[in-house]
Amino acid sequence: MSTFVGDAAKAPKFQTAAKKLVADTQVRHNVKRATDLIRKKRAKVVGEMADWEELREAGHHIKEHTLRHLDFYLEQFETNCTAAGGTVHWARDADEANGIIVGLVKAQQAKEVIKVKTMTSDEIKLNVALEAAGITPYETDLADLIVQLGEDKPSHIVVPALHRNRMEIRRIFLDKMNLGELGDQPEDLAAAARGYLREKFLRVPVAISGANFAIAETGSVCVVESEGNGRMCVSLPKVLISLVGIEKVIPTFQDLEIFLQTLPRSATGERMNPYNSIWTGVTLEDGPQEFHVVLLDNGRTKVLADREARETLDCIRCGACLNACPVYRQTGGHAYGSVYGGPIGAILTPQLQSMEHSQTLPYASSLCGACYEVCPVKINIPEILVHLRNKVVEQGDAPWEEKIAMKAAAYVLDSPERLERARNLGRIAQKPFVKNGVISHLPGGLDAWTAVRDLPAMPSESFREWWVKREREGHV
Amino acid sequence: MMEHFLEVFRGAEAICIPSSSCVAMIRDHYPKMAANGDASLKRAVKNMLTRVYEFTELLVDKLNVTDVGAFFPHLVALHPSCHSLRSLNLGDRPAKLLENVRGLTLVDLPEAQECCGFGGTFAVKNADVSAAMLSDKVRCVLNSGAEVCAAVDNSCLMHIGGALSRQRAGVRVLHLAEILASREGKEFAS
Repeated sequence: MSTFVGDAAKAPKFQTAAKKLVADTQVRHNVKRATDLIRKKRAKVVGEMADWEELREAGHHIKEHTLRHLDFYLEQFETNCTAAGGTVHWARDADEANGIIVGLVKAQQAKEVIKVKTMTSDEIKLNVALEAAGITPYETDLADLIVQLGEDKPSHIVVPALHRNRMEIRRIFLDKMNLGELGDQPEDLAAAARGYLREKFLRVPVAISGANFAIAETGSVCVVESEGNGRMCVSLPKVLISLVGIEKVIPTFQDLEIFLQTLPRSATGERMNPYNSIWTGVTLEDGPQEFHVVLLDNGRTKVLADREARETLDCIRCGACLNACPVYRQTGGHAYGSVYGGPIGAILTPQLQSMEHSQTLPYASSLCGACYEVCPVKINIPEILVHLRNKVVEQGDAPWEEKIAMKAAAYVLDSPERLERARNLGRIAQKPFVKNGVISHLPGGLDAWTAVRDLPAMPSESFREWWVKREREGHV
Repeated sequence: MMEHFLEVFRGAEAICIPSSSCVAMIRDHYPKMAANGDASLKRAVKNMLTRVYEFTELLVDKLNVTDVGAFFPHLVALHPSCHSLRSLNLGDRPAKLLENVRGLTLVDLPEAQECCGFGGTFAVKNADVSAAMLSDKVRCVLNSGAEVCAAVDNSCLMHIGGALSRQRAGVRVLHLAEILASREGKEFAS
């Protein structure tokens, strides 16, 4: 048994990865340009909704209710999906899910599979498991295809190739698709991808999809997308396998009316997704004739057990928090060392891994609150970040310099007399560093501040001293 | 520390705090911190919350003042800090106060709602990302054409001001209170 999130357990510290990415002018420019565009579109279509706040509230409520009764709704989903001709498998962790899926593909004697909506499969490293079993996976979502052909990693949960521009994509396609010539216009690139993928849609007998929602009441699975490649994946092959995180279940079909309004507007700034596929089990002589759902835990029940942080599982993977996040916008998604980047990744990845890994992620935020403001299911990400920072400290995993600094700060700030003594000491200690009223260089770790900013020198009179003097002079 | 704070300000009729992040700490976190304490602690926190005002809240809401008779003949850009914007929802209170200052021209700050990258320990723990965010903010301040960048949070101002000073940009930072305390012939000197 093994629970993991991609290669996040081996990922470098956020700071280390971010340092490199912040210096990469191309990535920074691409990410800024793309997120600016999506933010503008989102703001426009959210702005036209008079009941947006109510929709957010409703989405939050549905998700919270479902999580409280998750056992009930998951079993209801299983019952109804099975009754409609589907087969439901339960996977405790990544290894178990990979074993089930590889087994199902092998049973078809298939050597190839087509895939769509594969973020959860990236979480469990399904492609690695498939390849190890001699099965070739083809990503069919355009952005996932770019990432796969570029031997790259996804950098955004909705737009995985957001860090690439058209010129870079053209180069990848030219190198990997055996094309003689290729333009760099969107139509050229789309045509190349279409030619490459169509042939696979018609030939490959097994598809693996993710899911946006699993509906307990009907046993249906729902995938929303922009390209229609997902529609091909879930309708053309003989066999369809859907990998579904257990938090994706919603109680009723009616609940979709909330999420199908909030998800597309938050994710891509569209009023509605161009393709909304919802299917229920198997229909004779129409679509896949064998349908499997793999329900995945992989750390989710542990998140559920933490009252303070469990609303993390409300997430509907719209990516709005990434686009809004000033930290993500500087680094892109690769800094987060996980398939889940940005603010939601910073709270999800460490929790799925039981807080054993990715402990620098809760600190990868200035707590500005922009993520919470845009979240369509009202996840209070800043508060959960602080909660997870507490956990890191409680586990004793904070760096030693920080432990000492925090202890010293608590000691000084705990008493007015100590604070006064520290202030007087500071006025003397700062003398060698002050020039023209500012400090431009500090030694040791404090240089992290003065490397790019001056620090105002401590004034000769503090507010407290001014206040006391003022009272003494009778200005009360 | 919370208990000490409660004790010191127990008798105060109104507690004016010239820093929205400090107010947010009290409003958002004190009740949670007190939740594990006894009934008297919970009561003390609840009682205090009704008396806590951010600086512009005190002027605009409690005292009903938007014109304090200040004079400050400069181009000013207002940085709406994250806590003032998204935690306290101060809205146009700071801008209203500035608009009534004689001689003052309030200029538009592009991408005003973006964080300046301070974030407390974030600025040193994630120094590279913080510096990148700061660089974007400073670019916007300079593009605004302002002589002064104002805010209701000294922490942001220390951050933004630190970079403006390092770059010899010729733009200074001031807390809103310093502008409101300025009179003709007597600029408030901090």
